[in-house]
Amino acid sequence: MLLRIVPPALVVRRPHRMIERHVVAYRRQWLIVVSGFFEPLFYLLSMRAGLSDLVGKVSIAGRQVSYEAFVAPALMASSAMNGAIFDSTGNVLHRMKYARIYDAALATPMTPVDVAVGEIGWALIRGQLYACSFLGVMAALGLVESWWGLLALPACALVGLTFASIGFAGTTFMRGWADMEIVTTLMMPLALFSATFFPISSYGSWSWLVQLSPLYHGVVLVRAANTGVWDASLLGHIAVLLGLALAAIVIAARRLDLLLRK
Amino acid sequence: MSEPLIVAEQLIKRFGEFTAVDGIDVQVEKGEAFGFLGPNGAGKSSTMRMIACVSPITAGRLRVFGLDPATQGADIRRRIGVVPQLDTLDVELSVQENLWLYGRFFDLPRPEAKRRSAELLEFAQLTDRATSVVESLSGGMKRRLSIARSLINEPELLLLDEPTTGLDPQARHVLWDRLYRLKQQGVTLVLTTHYMDEAEQLCDRLVVMDQGKIVAEGSPRSLIGQYATREVLELRFAADGNAAAAPQLEGIGERQELLPDRVLIYADDGEHALTETHHRGLQPESALVRRASLEDVFLLLTGRTLVD
Amino acid sequence: MAAMGTPGALRVASWHLTAFRRFWRLNLLSSLVQPLLYLLGLGVGVGSLVDRNTGSGQLLGSASYVAFVAPGLLVTTAMALTAGESMWPVMGSLTWQRGYHGIAATSLEARDIVFGHGTWMMVRSGIAATAVAIVLACFRETRSWGLLPGILAAIAVGVSFAMPIMAFSINVKLDGAFAGLQRFLIIPLFLFGGAFYPISQLPTVVQWVARLFPLWHGVVMARDFSVGDVDWAGVVGHTAYIAAWVVAGTWIAIIRLRKRLYP
Ligand SMILES: Nc1ncnc2c1ncn2[C@@H]1O[C@H](COP(=O)(O)OP(=O)(O)OP(=O)(O)O)[C@@H](O)[C@H]1O
Ligand SMILES: [Mg+2]
Repeated sequence: MLLRIVPPALVVRRPHRMIERHVVAYRRQWLIVVSGFFEPLFYLLSMRAGLSDLVGKVSIAGRQVSYEAFVAPALMASSAMNGAIFDSTGNVLHRMKYARIYDAALATPMTPVDVAVGEIGWALIRGQLYACSFLGVMAALGLVESWWGLLALPACALVGLTFASIGFAGTTFMRGWADMEIVTTLMMPLALFSATFFPISSYGSWSWLVQLSPLYHGVVLVRAANTGVWDASLLGHIAVLLGLALAAIVIAARRLDLLLRK
Repeated sequence: MSEPLIVAEQLIKRFGEFTAVDGIDVQVEKGEAFGFLGPNGAGKSSTMRMIACVSPITAGRLRVFGLDPATQGADIRRRIGVVPQLDTLDVELSVQENLWLYGRFFDLPRPEAKRRSAELLEFAQLTDRATSVVESLSGGMKRRLSIARSLINEPELLLLDEPTTGLDPQARHVLWDRLYRLKQQGVTLVLTTHYMDEAEQLCDRLVVMDQGKIVAEGSPRSLIGQYATREVLELRFAADGNAAAAPQLEGIGERQELLPDRVLIYADDGEHALTETHHRGLQPESALVRRASLEDVFLLLTGRTLVD
Repeated sequence: MAAMGTPGALRVASWHLTAFRRFWRLNLLSSLVQPLLYLLGLGVGVGSLVDRNTGSGQLLGSASYVAFVAPGLLVTTAMALTAGESMWPVMGSLTWQRGYHGIAATSLEARDIVFGHGTWMMVRSGIAATAVAIVLACFRETRSWGLLPGILAAIAVGVSFAMPIMAFSINVKLDGAFAGLQRFLIIPLFLFGGAFYPISQLPTVVQWVARLFPLWHGVVMARDFSVGDVDWAGVVGHTAYIAAWVVAGTWIAIIRLRKRLYP
């Protein structure tokens, strides 16, 4: 009965098998996985050592905080984005077009949706590992104000989910490695202009432009978790991210079906 | 009598405007070894991919185990093993990981998947390479691993797209033997091949495909009997002499075929045809009498050699 | 560096040029857009925070934060470009594409390939640095004649990263090594190499690490030029130090490439 309502291509049964494959494959490359954690850490340390003195205090939620306390949650959100994007674009492109791992999987009871959901799930898991360790470093540096700060983890998971889905969907349209340039070109402005390094108030009348960046909504969430100050408007930010993620997952599964089941 | 394992009726596959499979009818019975024979681009792989439920059909009807690939693809794929024409091994994994992780895609419990992968390593003679990374294997080893991997779910139906391409002669014979034993155990085999000896060795029944259509069907012996003579005389003449000699050979045997490098004469008695050739004062550089093979059937049906 | 203009090296460089012709448009675009974004994001945006903080001017020694960051961008752009171009492409030319083997089969030899790579990296970092300079010249606060010698400093830094990294890449088997190099060398240098704040802000040990690599020397020179406060003895010292990296890198690259191509 269920089969008649949901098109068979959209039933998710075994995405965890894809994740299991990655866990085994990455056992040999754990160094690469671990090293991904250091990039946001270096950013944070650099800001703390160099820019904090130059900038002085910044005000968020009506309070004066140090620059590193202002930047840290944003770095956490953008590292969740980075991790999710790189796992769902370059690595997926490689597996789809060159390593042909999905071709093999689709000859088994696995479906395109299993593959898509599995890949997005894996990107999420990896992103959460980084988020957890980053939060640990923030706590060690005295940048987490209360236990509410733990809510930054689900916030980052949402950011990861959104960007992994968008990345995966985008990758299904790529023709080859050259198109990866587009990804890096798009990510730079997102990382720079999502109220990451300076508050949205700096943009004045241009602040609507910042709202267009999905990362901005993530940054708002993580910052809110970190300061423990929030209100109902956060629901709007959550809805934006969730909506984007769902749309992207549907597109991704359909495109994968078209691409791989010729 | 139960329904055949595979039923295809007026099966069509189009890629855009191009028709790769053009209305074929095929039935494969349980326990049979069935072959698709044909030149490059005939549509063999396209047909195999439709049967494997990884390529949707364009038109016609297809049933595998009596199920419809369009709606029950996953249930069909659970029961079949697939060796694609190009290996899709996971180069980031080791040999044994390739096997057991693939088993996990079929929902095998992990201990069971590992047990079977150890057996299959033995089967593929790769036990001593179990922990090597796939990238470091030779082409033939990769092929054997592909075949072993396709057996991890103990399939009822095995689809092999040019299984022995890239294998050395000894490995081919070993593989034939393994496939034969699988068949004895009741596994249905469907394979494509360019090799006539392979088709003759393995297949109970086969179809010859050309440009998306089936041009002949039957057992290897019956096809040879139907489309060729018992023996073939192959003559090679000195530089460019083949075309010149052809008219003078007119009337010897039942039929002749002029190829760029040789002339074939179809006759039930090849030796006799050769004697006749010498009688006519022709001096070929070399002459060979052999039994007719599927190659000849193919040449006759399509006017082309198979491997060119 | 002049030694790199041998006829063989030029032939190798023109081989690189042929491959480059296919995607120079996209490349030039991102060479212009990326520095513009950094300038707006870090220079102007963070600058607005820095400049309203009284006392930051003394630390920076320049009129505004944008003016401080601008020369840093010029030089780090060159470093990022040549570092990347000396990793995967070098490994690729020796493994899956085997371009170097093709060259080595002609009358050219390892030295020509290495010099050719160096020449090509000078051209590429020159193009990229010029693009950044054009962007910087568009804004009053960052416009200065000092950008011209700044481009030279950027080219020097570009080559000083290209050669040692090429030497490293020749024997790399797994491209995971490059991810490591990017993450643990190039990005930290970008962040701690003096481009965004004076390294005097950093702990002493980190300062010395920053001084060890050519980036900081190039950034300091470029900044002095653009501020118009040039210490010529310092310029000579910095240039000599950068040149030492180029020579050492080139030398090791030639030896390793020779071993690799003619084992
Ligand atoms: N995905 C595709 N898109 C477009 N055309 C395709 C596609 N796959 C196959 N074709 C075309 O369909 C035709 C049949 O291809 P197929 O692979 O089925 O041939 P084949 O009999 O297996 O040949 P070979 O012996 O070379 O493996 C060929 O002309 C091929 O170019
Ligand atoms: Mg084929």
